Amino acid sequence: MLKNRVLLLLVAVGLAAAAGLAFVTHAPNRLLSGQAVSWAIVLGAGRWMALLPALPLVVGPFLPQSRAVHLVLAVSAAALAASLLWLAGDVAIRLADTATPSARTSFGGAFWLIEAMAALAAADALQRGISNPAARITIGAVLILPILAVIGGGAIDQLSIMKEYANRRSVFATAVATHLAIVGATLLPTLGIGLPLGVLLDRRARLRRPVFAVLNIIQTIPSIALFGLLIAPLAGLVAFAPLLGRIGISGIGATPAIIALTLYSLLPIVRSTTAGLEQVPGSVVDAATGMGMTPAQIFRRVEVPLALPVVVAGLRVTVVQAVGLTAVAALIGAGGLGAIIFQGLNGSAIDLVLLGVVPLVAIAITADIALKLAVTMLKMRSG
Amino acid sequence: MITFEHVGKTYGDWTAIDDLSLHVAEGEFCVLIGPSGSGKTTTLKMINRLIEHDRGRILFEGAEIRSFAPEQLRRRMGYAIQSIGLFPHWTVEENIGAVPRLLGWPKSRIRDRVTELLGLLALEPERFRDRYPRHLSGGQQQRVGVARALAADPSVLLMDEPFGALDPVTRDTLQAEMLRIHKASGTTIVLVTHDIDEAIRLGSRIVILDGGRIVQSGTPRAILTKPANDFVADFVGREDIGIKLLSIERVSDRMRPGETAEGEPIAADASLRHALSLFVARGIDRLPVIGPSGTLAGAIRLADLTGGPT
Ligand SMILES: Nc1ncnc2c1ncn2[C@@H]1O[C@H](COP(=O)(O)OP(=O)(O)O)[C@@H](O)[C@H]1O
Ligand SMILES: [Mg+2]
Repeated sequence: MLKNRVLLLLVAVGLAAAAGLAFVTHAPNRLLSGQAVSWAIVLGAGRWMALLPALPLVVGPFLPQSRAVHLVLAVSAAALAASLLWLAGDVAIRLADTATPSARTSFGGAFWLIEAMAALAAADALQRGISNPAARITIGAVLILPILAVIGGGAIDQLSIMKEYANRRSVFATAVATHLAIVGATLLPTLGIGLPLGVLLDRRARLRRPVFAVLNIIQTIPSIALFGLLIAPLAGLVAFAPLLGRIGISGIGATPAIIALTLYSLLPIVRSTTAGLEQVPGSVVDAATGMGMTPAQIFRRVEVPLALPVVVAGLRVTVVQAVGLTAVAALIGAGGLGAIIFQGLNGSAIDLVLLGVVPLVAIAITADIALKLAVTMLKMRSG
Repeated sequence: MITFEHVGKTYGDWTAIDDLSLHVAEGEFCVLIGPSGSGKTTTLKMINRLIEHDRGRILFEGAEIRSFAPEQLRRRMGYAIQSIGLFPHWTVEENIGAVPRLLGWPKSRIRDRVTELLGLLALEPERFRDRYPRHLSGGQQQRVGVARALAADPSVLLMDEPFGALDPVTRDTLQAEMLRIHKASGTTIVLVTHDIDEAIRLGSRIVILDGGRIVQSGTPRAILTKPANDFVADFVGREDIGIKLLSIERVSDRMRPGETAEGEPIAADASLRHALSLFVARGIDRLPVIGPSGTLAGAIRLADLTGGPT
């Protein structure tokens, strides 16, 4: 009878969350913790129909697991995610009519858990139903559109997180841009140093132990400590050579952040470059040499294409790690989404924290999926 | 074509090749054979400078190999190895066309050459040209490996145990194809093996190595009938030496033209060893023989196997 254990588990967790946790909470102002709003209020006056997309998911575990069923399940899960978001926004609008302007309606634990279960169910159904990775990602992107439409259409504007956003539109936009700029600026020196270093370590096996030892030690330094460690030397350097200060280098801000992030990023890039080159079969290089390719031709035509999937897999780790660590860099004044998160933490404003965390997670997941797709495509090409 | 003059090679304080002199004439099928570690691979790789010799001289078409840039030298020599080493990210066509591309041949000429070589190695061009190596069997991969080595019409083909990793049936077919290709193209071939049957079957000359020295060099018949010492005698196998001798002669060498016999015929170019096998298996002493055109050419008797020239 039971055909899909994974989906059954996801549904069970979702139902348990719905029964035991608040869907949304309501508080008189942003600093007080809220009271749960009952499902009766959330689903009143026919709004329960918004939960209809959940039906296929509940019966899904017992259906024959065909391609069509997987597609229906993926669409249902995405629709449920969008309609839950709409429900939360809708109840916030209704509560706002009767409360003071400082009152806040926030997402509760049940909302987050059910949304997470819906996302997993959609991802699992796409994984099972669609074998071509590019098609899978395209359909996944289309399934996210209703959620973006709910947000963009103003349906959740009365929720606390969107009120925080409304108060800080320009700060938010700057934070996202700064965040991406720091990650991008980290990648330049990371690739510029990491790729040649990885190639060198492939060619000179003796250097591997000492270099990886150093990179590993850097990796074990807590990020806050490393950021802090860079402040004094950089400040000293700028005091010694004021010209550096005039081009924007200083002990706090983006400079130490980019240096520290580069130091962290080197290990995955160097390791994957060396590993990628090492797994090129020796017989292939032998044959290439024996047929009269020059070392440069072997590198460009044989080693690089064969190593690339592994290198890009390392880049994926690097980028996701850098997106997360950049948030911590806000502590030394680098800006970015971390600044919003820490501001929220200091003010105990959980929705402000979420305003920083949600886009942070979205950026990390997007980068992860895009680079994973790149790895898959490269692997298909290089056999 | 290739001449070794007192060539030596030392790794650290280990002498891998010692005072090796050898001349491989144009069109020869020269097989290097010897136990593991005897220096076969080192000898072969010194020819295309994958390993640099450190004593003596090696000449290729009359000129010292050191007078060529290594890449230029290698592009004039085909190279096929046991591990094949096809480029996994290139199609069969791109693999075979690798050296012609290095040499700057025009696209259409490369394409024609690939078609020709796929045909030569019994791979249907339209079925195989766009495949990737991972979609080929081991035997098909080595056919592509040999085709790739032959692509630019090399003056010499170097092969290091090319069929060592194949199953016996595939190996047998590929050996037959190598003989056919050698006969048709006249390319000089230097092939390394540790399989004496392969050496006897393929070689127009067999060079036996031991401990980095040449122990004996000669035709398969000379090696079998006049082993230079006990080492060679043991190496070629004392027990079935007669069988090996039969394997290097054709039915056509001993048959009686015009005579007739009953039963399923044997091909004139089959080996005497094959004929012996049929005599024993069928319990008979006469076999009809058919010529290349498929017409009856004569017969062969069991007694004929022991007579004739030796
Ligand atoms: N790079 C090397 N360093 C040290 N010794 C080597 C090296 N290559 C080969 N040898 C040694 O040289 C001898 C001949 O090797 P090789 O030509 O590969 O033998 P074969 O191909 O006949 O098995 C062996 O004893 C081997 O261990
Ligand atoms: Mg060898």
